[in-house]
Formats: sequence, structure tokens, C-alpha cells
Amino acid sequence: MKHRTFFWFFLPSGLAMLFFIALPIVSVVLQSLHTPHDQVLVEVEACGPFGCETETAVDAEATAALRAEKPLGKWAGLSIYLDRGHLAFNEVSAAWEGADDLGDFMSSIGNLPFYKAMGFTLSYTFIVTPLLIVLGFIIAVTVNSLNRHLKGLVIFFSLLPMIVTPLIGSLILFWMIDSRGVLGTLIQFIASDPDLSLKASTPLTWVMLMVYGVWHSAPFAFVVFYAGLQTLPQDTLESAMIDGASRWERIRYVVIPHIMPLVTFVALIQLMDNFRVLEPIIGFNASAHATSLSWIILNDLGGETRLLSAAATTSVLTIIGVSILLMPVLIRTWRDFERKD
Amino acid sequence: MFKKFLLASAFTLGAASLAHAGCGIEGGNVSIVGNEFPAIQTVAKAAIECAEDGVTVKANLTADHQKINVAGMTGNPAEYSSAIVANSSIVALMNDDLIRPLDDLVAEHGQSLSKSQLISVDGKIMAVAFMANAQHLVFRKDILEKAGLTPPKTYEEMLSAAKVIKEKGLLDYPLGGAYKAGWNLAQEFNNMFIGHGGEFFKAGTAEVSINNEKGVATLEMMKALSEYMNPDFLTHDSNATSAEWKAGNVALMNMWGSRVAPLKTTEGSSAEVIENTDIAGPMTVGGGTIPATTLWWDGWTVSKNISDQDAVATFKALLNGIDPKIINEETSPLAVWLIDGYEPTDLAKGVFATVKAKAKPYPMRPFQGLLHSALGDELADFMQGKESAQQALADVEAAYNAAAKEKGFLQ
Repeated sequence: MKHRTFFWFFLPSGLAMLFFIALPIVSVVLQSLHTPHDQVLVEVEACGPFGCETETAVDAEATAALRAEKPLGKWAGLSIYLDRGHLAFNEVSAAWEGADDLGDFMSSIGNLPFYKAMGFTLSYTFIVTPLLIVLGFIIAVTVNSLNRHLKGLVIFFSLLPMIVTPLIGSLILFWMIDSRGVLGTLIQFIASDPDLSLKASTPLTWVMLMVYGVWHSAPFAFVVFYAGLQTLPQDTLESAMIDGASRWERIRYVVIPHIMPLVTFVALIQLMDNFRVLEPIIGFNASAHATSLSWIILNDLGGETRLLSAAATTSVLTIIGVSILLMPVLIRTWRDFERKD
Repeated sequence: MFKKFLLASAFTLGAASLAHAGCGIEGGNVSIVGNEFPAIQTVAKAAIECAEDGVTVKANLTADHQKINVAGMTGNPAEYSSAIVANSSIVALMNDDLIRPLDDLVAEHGQSLSKSQLISVDGKIMAVAFMANAQHLVFRKDILEKAGLTPPKTYEEMLSAAKVIKEKGLLDYPLGGAYKAGWNLAQEFNNMFIGHGGEFFKAGTAEVSINNEKGVATLEMMKALSEYMNPDFLTHDSNATSAEWKAGNVALMNMWGSRVAPLKTTEGSSAEVIENTDIAGPMTVGGGTIPATTLWWDGWTVSKNISDQDAVATFKALLNGIDPKIINEETSPLAVWLIDGYEPTDLAKGVFATVKAKAKPYPMRPFQGLLHSALGDELADFMQGKESAQQALADVEAAYNAAAKEKGFLQ
């Protein structure tokens, strides 16, 4: 392709990427490095239907003057990154010095919002992603061997969990697993413990969120793998059969190598998705037991008082987290690409 | 029907004049953002009736109003010419200087308003209140009778009543409460801390002062109460708690006055529950005299970043929204109206008792919201028994300090 043609061909997507990806990231990074100005506080009398009280208020004029001078706010450097709500360097080093052993240290760290969220987010990502890939693969292989009249119907039903909006899906399940709900009562019956409540126990809440995560995302893996199975080289399969390979051996030595690039693709997408886990936590009202980085961002933005810099900082940390997480997969893909050349 | 009406007025510019036209508005645009519950819908509906030739009035009522009102009023001209707020949410608008003082508008057009409706800060009128709200006791007459008890006046009595009801096998989890981790849980802490005579901040500063014996006593009482609640209590907000009440699973709870009318509706409930649901004033705690609850008002503001003509139109339309003529048999039970001509219904006696008992209003403090969020995030670990009360309070303090430093309230 001529350079000129390439330029015009690429320009629209390049512009879109600049406006919708690069600029927002720059803006988020800028926001995370600034905080609002120091507030000028004054004592005032506040009156209402219930009488008058002396109250503190923000001096609007003085604050407006400060803001007009420096509209971006106060330069904060990395201070927000290091504060208790994020990487918490001071708290971590204090915990290290004050801890008797590693367990003690870990529990003090687990009390800090960022590390607590990371604890759940990483567990969720690394447990849910492999499970959904395996489950998706099993469904794909099973559906592929079905009679073709049945296939359409089964595919439709297998896709349902993905079609239901995550927030709605988790909300429906939330009511079903209530201690007075259908599933909740069933679980109490099976465990023969009438006081058992999924929602009141942290380990059970984690299990519930992860099961939901697998249930919701497995159809995605299934669709991708199923498409991959349609391109299986029949010659290789047949010769494997003639050589006396069992069904398991055929899957192990023919099917899996064939769809391996797709496994990488699904892993890539799902690692990214699961790292940003949010909807199940909201839907299951699970924030007392499990939080994620995305949940922290939403919480900072949706509180009584918005914490824009804190939310921006967590967003940047999320981007860094996703990049680290995807690094091995990306490096692997790059190597494969090099080899082909 | 009402929603259709809203849509119609939102999308038809220069909406045709309605039967009730004639609020004396010469022209302008009125755009209201606010929370969505029946009392506010009533006010917005009456304000929308002011729409006529040259006057557009639209309302965006949503539970997410707090997420959009600051952004929607920051631009110039602002998207919303008025936000309907409460004493907690007005603070975010005042912190960013988004609402205008109403003194001249009140002097010129607001003679019908009484002084108790006017919210003033530093001598300037910032909002006009139209209803009051508070959390107070809701109880089941029949269950208390069966247990041989009278409605509790203190939280200690509530605990012992719960014990009796449970021991007699009347209910498994006799207590209810909006203890959902987050805003609700923090609000219950606020109530109980005020009841113990606590002050959230060192006077005249933004330095938090909850990590003391009053804070510990507050948390211990909350923990003791939660032992008698449905084990899922950390997921129960006011809606879920009301549903539990209507299902007949709860005998005593501290609940919002504005939620009492819905408790008396038949959906998801039984005649037995409806007939025996009664209310009383708020409870005290720890031998204190200040009720362990907070008083709230809901009112409207006028945006700063709009033209004077729009400001006058907004003021007049909302004045029509809270005109005594909106009070009738249907609207009276919806709220404790701060409007002339309102005759309190039986459902309002809890809020009136709260006012009479000299409960404190929820503080209109610029940094109270930061403490509220910190409490909501950090107390769940204590309620689950994962950490001590002291540790939880230390965590709240640390979380608040980090947020207050970021917002520039602490250096």
C-alpha cells in the first residue's frame, strides 16, 4: 500500500483512537496528579425548619478566586497514589514494622482498601478465567457432537447467561440465593443448617461471585471455541482415528492444539474483563465482603462528596494492572508472530 | 400517566398552556432535577403546570439525582435551573458555589413563604424547604402485646424486647434496620453516635473525633442489635427492610417517616401486618436525652449559572409547586409537609415526635459527606466480627483523613 493511501485509510480510526482513547487517558492521568485547592472555611450561622446552628461552610468567593488562578487545582504529584486509599506506602511500611509474622502483616494489609480490593480482584481473575475457558471448551465439544437438529436450540440456551445483562442477572440470582429465596432455602436444606446464609459469609459470597462469573462468561468462550471447532482439519482427525487414537487422545493432540490461538484470545479478553469485575458486586450487594478496583472508582464517584482525584488515580492503577496482567499473553503472541516471519 | 405527562413536557418545547396556567411567569426555562419519591413528584407536577407559551418547565426525577446535579449545574448556562435537595445533598452544591442566594427573589415574590421554610446559611437564603423527614420507631402492636411489652423508648429496651420476642418463639429475627454496607450503615452509625452525645468533629475544624468511647459504645450497640436481625442485614437497605417488615418477619425497627405510608399498602403484605403496624417517636440510647436519630428537610434551590429571567421563572414555578393548593387528601399522607394548610395525618406522628424530642438535624457541613462515605466503607468489617471496634474507628478516621486531605479540608 502506498504511504499516502495508508494515511487516508488509517486517518479516521487514528482520529477516533486519539479522541476516544488517548485523550481521556491523558485527562485521567492529569486529574490523578492534581487535587482541589485547600478549602477556605468559615464559621457561619445556618438556619432551617429545625432552628439555627453554628456551622462550618466553604467560603465560596475565596475558593473561586483560588480556582480562577489555577483551574486545574493544586499540584499533588504522586501523593494521591501513595495515600491510604491507594498504594498506602506509609501504612504498609508501618504494618511491616509492627507485624509479628507474615500472617499478621497480611491481615493488616488486607485492611487497606486498595489491597483488599486487589485481593478479591486477583483471586476472581485467576480462578474464574481458567474455569470459564475449561467449561466453555467442554460445552463447545459437547454441542459440536450433538445431532444437527438439536444444535441450534442448545446453542441458543447456552448463550442465554451472556445475553442477560450482568446487573440484572446478578440481581435475579441475588434474590434466589436469599435465605428466604428458592436457592437459599435449597442450600439450607442440603446443608441441614437453617441459619446458613450465603450473603452473610465472606467465603460463600466469594464462591457465589465466582460461580456467577463463570456462569456469565462461559458462553463467550463456548461461542469462540465452537467457531474454532468448525475449522478442524478432518483429515488429521480421521488419520488419528485410523491410528487408533481414543476420543480423549484426539481432543488432546488434535483439537486443543488447533484451537490454542483461540484460547489465547479468550484468555486475553477475559483476563481484562474479570480484572474490571464490578456488576456482580453491585448486583449481589456484596461490597461488605468483596470489593474490586472498579467498585472503588464507582464508590468514589457516587459518594455524598465526589472524590475525582481518588477515582482518577484508581483508574490509572487499573490501567497499569491490566497492562501487567496482559504482558505474558502479549509477549507470547508477539513471539509467535516473529516466528512466523 | 404522570410519566407520560413528564415526557410530553420534556420534549415539547413551548409546551401548550395547561388548565392551571398563569403562575405569573413572563418567560424562561425551568428545568428541575431531584430525587424520585411521591412527595417530590407532587411538587414537580405542580411546578410543571406553570408551563405556557414562552415558558418551558421540565423535571428529571431520578434516584441518581446526586450523581448528576453537580455536573448538570456546573456549566454556564446550567442544564438544571433547580435541584431538589436535602440537608445532606445541598452541601455538594454549596461547596462548588452552584446555587444562588434567594433573598431578593423571596423579598419580591415569596411573601407567601413562612420563615420556617427558609434555609439560610450565613444570613443568606439558599433553599426553600417543603417537607421534613426523620427515622423513628416502627412497631408491631400484636407481637408486642403477645410478648407483654410496651413500645421501647430506648435502644436498650429495644434489645431486651427483641430478646423476649425471640425467646417466646414469636419471631426468629425480631429487629429490622437499614444496615446495608455503605450509606445506610453509616447513617445508622450517625444516629447512634448523636444519641450517645457524640460530636463528629472537633469544634470549628475538619478534624474528625469519632475514635473515642462514644464511638465504641455506638458500634457495640449496633452490633448487639444486629444479633437480632436477619443474618443478611448488611445487604438490607430501606427497601429490603420494608419488604421484610411487610412479610411479617420483623417486630421493631428504626425507619424513615416517609416509608411508613408504603408499609401500609397491601402489596407483599397481609391484613394482619397492615393493621398492627404502628409508629412512635425516636429512641434514645445510653441514658442520653438527645434522640438517636437525625432530622431532615427536603427543599428546592435555584441554580447560580442561569439568566436572571430563568431564575425568576424557576422560583415562581417551584413556588407554585409548593403552593398550599397541592395539599389534599391524596397528598397529605405522602410527607410531613412544611406547607400552610397541611393537617398532619396519623402517619406523621413519628416525625412530629422526633421534632418535639429536639432531635438534631443532619449536619450541613462541607466535609460531613466524606465522613459518611468513610463510615459506610469501613464499618462492615466490624459488623461481621472481623475486627475490633477500635480498629474499625481507626480505619474510618484514616479513610476520612485521606479523603479530606485530597479535597483540601485538611492540610
